[in-house]
Amino acid sequence: MRLGSSRRRHRAARPLSLVLALFLMGALYAALSPATQVAADTGMSAQVAEGKALFQVTCSSCHGLNGEGTTQGPSLVGVGAAAVEFQMATNRMPMAKPGAQAPRKVVQYTAEEINNIARYVHTLGPGPDIPNSSAYDYSALTDEDIAKGGELFRTNCSACHQAAANGGALPNGKYAPALHGVEPLHIYEAMRTGPQQMPVFSAGAIPDEDVAAIIGYLKGIEEQPSSGFSLGGLGPVTEGFAGWVIGIGGLCLIATWIASTGARAK
Amino acid sequence: MAKPTGIAAEGEVLQTRTPDQGGALKTMPAPATWLDERIGLGKLGKAALRKVFPDHWSFLLGEIALYSFIVLLLTGIFLTIWFRPSMAEIEYQGSYELMRGLHMSQAFESTLQISFDVRGGMLVRQIHHWGAILFMAAMTAHMLRVFFTGAFRKPRELNWLIGVVLLSLGMIAGMTGYSLPDDLLSGTGLRFTDGAIRSIPLVGTWIEFFVFGGEYPGDMIIARFYMAHILLLPAILLGLISAHMALVVYHKHSLFPGPGRTENNVVGYPLFPVYMAKAGGFFFIVFGVLILMGATMSINQVWLYGPYNPAQVTAGSQPDWYMGWVEGAVRIMPGWESHWGGTTWSWNVFLPFAVLMGLFYTALAVWPFIEAWLTGDKRPHHILDRPRNAPTRTALGVAGMTFYGLMWAGGGNDIIATQFNVSLNAVTYFLRVAVFVGPVIAFIITKRLCLSLQRADRERVLHGSESGIIVRSPAGGYSEPHVPISNDEAFALTQHRQYPPLEETPSHDEHGVKTSDPNKVSGLRARLSAWYTGDDIVKPTRDEIAASHHHEDEPKQLH
Amino acid sequence: MTPEHSTSLATTEDDALLHPIPNPGIEHHAERYTDVDAKAADRAYKQVVGIFGLVPLLAIAFVVIYFAVPRHATANLLGVNWHVHTTLLGLTGGLAVLLIGVGAIHWSRQLMNDTEIAEDRHAAASTDEERAGFVDVVNQGIRDAGVSRRKMIVASLGGALGIVAVPAIVTLADIGPYPTAANRRETIEKTVWADGVRVVNDANRLPLKASDIEIGQLVNAEPENLWDLHGKDYMNMKSKTPLVVVRMDPNTIKIPESRKDWHVGGILAYSKICTHVGCPISLWEQQTHHLLCPCHQSTFDLGNSGVVVFGPAARALPQLPLKVDAEGYLVAQSDFTVPVGPSYFERDSRNDYKDGDE
Repeated sequence: MRLGSSRRRHRAARPLSLVLALFLMGALYAALSPATQVAADTGMSAQVAEGKALFQVTCSSCHGLNGEGTTQGPSLVGVGAAAVEFQMATNRMPMAKPGAQAPRKVVQYTAEEINNIARYVHTLGPGPDIPNSSAYDYSALTDEDIAKGGELFRTNCSACHQAAANGGALPNGKYAPALHGVEPLHIYEAMRTGPQQMPVFSAGAIPDEDVAAIIGYLKGIEEQPSSGFSLGGLGPVTEGFAGWVIGIGGLCLIATWIASTGARAK
Repeated sequence: MAKPTGIAAEGEVLQTRTPDQGGALKTMPAPATWLDERIGLGKLGKAALRKVFPDHWSFLLGEIALYSFIVLLLTGIFLTIWFRPSMAEIEYQGSYELMRGLHMSQAFESTLQISFDVRGGMLVRQIHHWGAILFMAAMTAHMLRVFFTGAFRKPRELNWLIGVVLLSLGMIAGMTGYSLPDDLLSGTGLRFTDGAIRSIPLVGTWIEFFVFGGEYPGDMIIARFYMAHILLLPAILLGLISAHMALVVYHKHSLFPGPGRTENNVVGYPLFPVYMAKAGGFFFIVFGVLILMGATMSINQVWLYGPYNPAQVTAGSQPDWYMGWVEGAVRIMPGWESHWGGTTWSWNVFLPFAVLMGLFYTALAVWPFIEAWLTGDKRPHHILDRPRNAPTRTALGVAGMTFYGLMWAGGGNDIIATQFNVSLNAVTYFLRVAVFVGPVIAFIITKRLCLSLQRADRERVLHGSESGIIVRSPAGGYSEPHVPISNDEAFALTQHRQYPPLEETPSHDEHGVKTSDPNKVSGLRARLSAWYTGDDIVKPTRDEIAASHHHEDEPKQLH
Repeated sequence: MTPEHSTSLATTEDDALLHPIPNPGIEHHAERYTDVDAKAADRAYKQVVGIFGLVPLLAIAFVVIYFAVPRHATANLLGVNWHVHTTLLGLTGGLAVLLIGVGAIHWSRQLMNDTEIAEDRHAAASTDEERAGFVDVVNQGIRDAGVSRRKMIVASLGGALGIVAVPAIVTLADIGPYPTAANRRETIEKTVWADGVRVVNDANRLPLKASDIEIGQLVNAEPENLWDLHGKDYMNMKSKTPLVVVRMDPNTIKIPESRKDWHVGGILAYSKICTHVGCPISLWEQQTHHLLCPCHQSTFDLGNSGVVVFGPAARALPQLPLKVDAEGYLVAQSDFTVPVGPSYFERDSRNDYKDGDE
């Protein structure tokens, strides 16, 4: 549709101007209507207000202005501060583009900003709060407790994350990530909030001391010495490759040396 | 593929060197005569010590398999000193803290003991497992070499059959071996085996209850696998390997075409001293490489998988590489099952597991006989084929490798998905088609390649190789003269035997009487024979080669 | 066994058609540096001795390391936390063995005579005379055996030898119990799940209150009476009783009429044992409700009575009917209504849930 068209009116002019008018009305309403969200009970603290402002700039395009959810992102009512801290401190959120898998990226927000957003979202509805570190402190656990944590890990977690926590495949291009170097706080939060496709593991089935044991086990296997290069720790697939490439390949090279003759004098 | 050649000297017909005058021994030394009086060492030595073996790197692949087997025996004996093949429950109190106090089978506990509490135990466990990986890989590589060079032809068909049996028994030996630690990964594999046995129609549950001594998992299977792994299978393998080697000694090793080589001789080096040094040295090299692999690359970390628990599983569950192709077939198979009356026929497991494996090993076993039927060839062969000179066989081999390789990829489809960031489901759907289409494409490409190489060889014999020198004639035309190849090379390129396709014997002779020729060739056989050898590029005849030499006297043509 | 000039491999192999270029004979031996240059040969000699000479040093190092290095020492290098004892033992031992081989090969390549020699082959087959001799000897033996008119001897011997295999095989008949219908009903078709058996979390055995389970939660569960069993019975039962208990919003899932009282407020329990070949499945996607088995990637939709949506499994995952007891804890209503685990020939699979069933 050229500006200054010699035609009197383009066929699409009427529906398009209707759409334009609707859009204008919506924008005006959104800009001018009062904020309906009030903090439950305690009134808005400065943290929550900060968090709300950040939320509306960053998160609302997918999660809705009041966290009620849109077609692009689920509702955040009741997810709790723990979910926000996990998602943002690992910079899975905000997602670079919508999709089923939210990979971990470099963190772009300061801890204070994340905390403020978390506090705001926590007011949207009751949910798991960011825990005190004593909830998942495994330093006082005995070797037997940590070994029990390993049993819990292999019963609940290794099916997705692999027995040595090297990650695993999910359907349709998704995956459960490796857990090496993950903060104990984030492991706890992930279990309690069930991010993306990961299920929830609530305290009713796995109480805090069991979570601490699982985390203690994970940190334990990170510190274990290895009896050689682990080749990715992915098991027989990479071992088979190494056997063929290094074993057969190397020995074939040596075989060509054996069957060749010494350098000729002429 | 021009190979510039210098003007080569003609090869002289050189017989064995005359032995040097004098030597280290004047007469047979005393210890040797003691043995000679009991086992005839003198006769044995005189016959055997100067036996000739040909030299080619690809002839050492079978040796890798043999030596890895010896390493497996030696390291295996070490492991049996500590391993306890019992599924009885015990509480762990060893030095690996992350399992402290857990209940586990004695098999798993003794494996942890070997790994962490016996000095050198971890090393020997890793050497043993790398040895098993290498044993199977070397057997596969050796089998491929034998296939592509036609070394399975008469009189070596029996040896080929022994080899196929060795390959399949080796697979079972490996599987029983890695299941012995009773860890989560191999236990999951055992569960798969249980389900696979169940899928066999009519007798599945019977075999299952017999193998496991009742319901899965029972308390017998580790001990039974132990018996198979350290007694039954090594005994059979040793017997078959001895027969395999005895046949190689009796038939003498085959050899590649080349000057001085005929169907009636072996050209190479004597057993004593050259082959003892080379083969013996290679044993130490294979052993050394395996020790170094065990020292630097961690394998089968059972303490990370944990003791077997039928309610636990790890992502990335795969068997060892040599079972990977069956795993892949089972993964990509669609979920077909028939329910007829009160019976269940599990095609989704039975077909890719039992039927596919059965067909594959049967096809391998009967191949020498099929090829002999297609070519009508009844002669013994000791000169090997260069793969290009059997284009259809080589193409079939590559097609088979492609099929195997795609199935193998299917076995690791979840690893492919996570490492290359693709959808697991997409990989599976792709492979369902690719395992049929891929081999056909591979066959076509390989056959075309072989035929081109045959043409190139023919050109080389007739016209020599490009010299790389551009010559301008007085008239102004450019040409590149060709340098004739050496006589030795020309001989090697034309030494192979070719097989014209079999002609169908007419079903009736000229009087209309039905022929009853025991060697008759049916129409089917004639057509298949034409497919098998009909496209092969005919090697130059003596007249054509003579004619091409006359061309050298003519003015240079622009090629 | 001396190599003989065989007469049965005739020289028809050497005709003009087979070999357009006549066989030029073995190539002339080309000298190596070590053949012509005494200094090069001496160098090679010293190298071989030097290689062999390193082996005792490495062997001694191996022994010293075995006893002197602390068993659990570690060292961080190249991004790996090495198990020092194992690796050092392997490096010294491996190198020692490898160098023996390298020395031997170097010797054979540089110093041993590398002139190619030829040895005649004998035909694999016997000569005609040998075959005739074979026939004679066999005939003689048959005559001496006195069986030429007494054909039943050989046949009856063969039969006798053959039949003895039967008792030998029969001695294996107690290798395992027989999976008769009655036996199957008591073993592979039955679990300890029954009316009133509490559903508890695996590994820590905590009973599960329905109200404690959140939407999106997965619990790996077992029956509380599993731990009454021990040893073999415990393991056998554990390969049949594990559950995945999931809670989903009832409005987002399909619950057939026949199963409307099998769930508790959106909490459903399914067998954890895959119907393909029996691996336990725990990989649940909270949002798609899909359960993925890591072994062969069979995928089940727990929001649709466990039907297969991808992969090689052929039957839906069996569902365990749940209810709550007086204190609000989850309990089973009965055992599974179909046998759990992989299919087998005698399994009556007509009662398994199929997509679309009511």
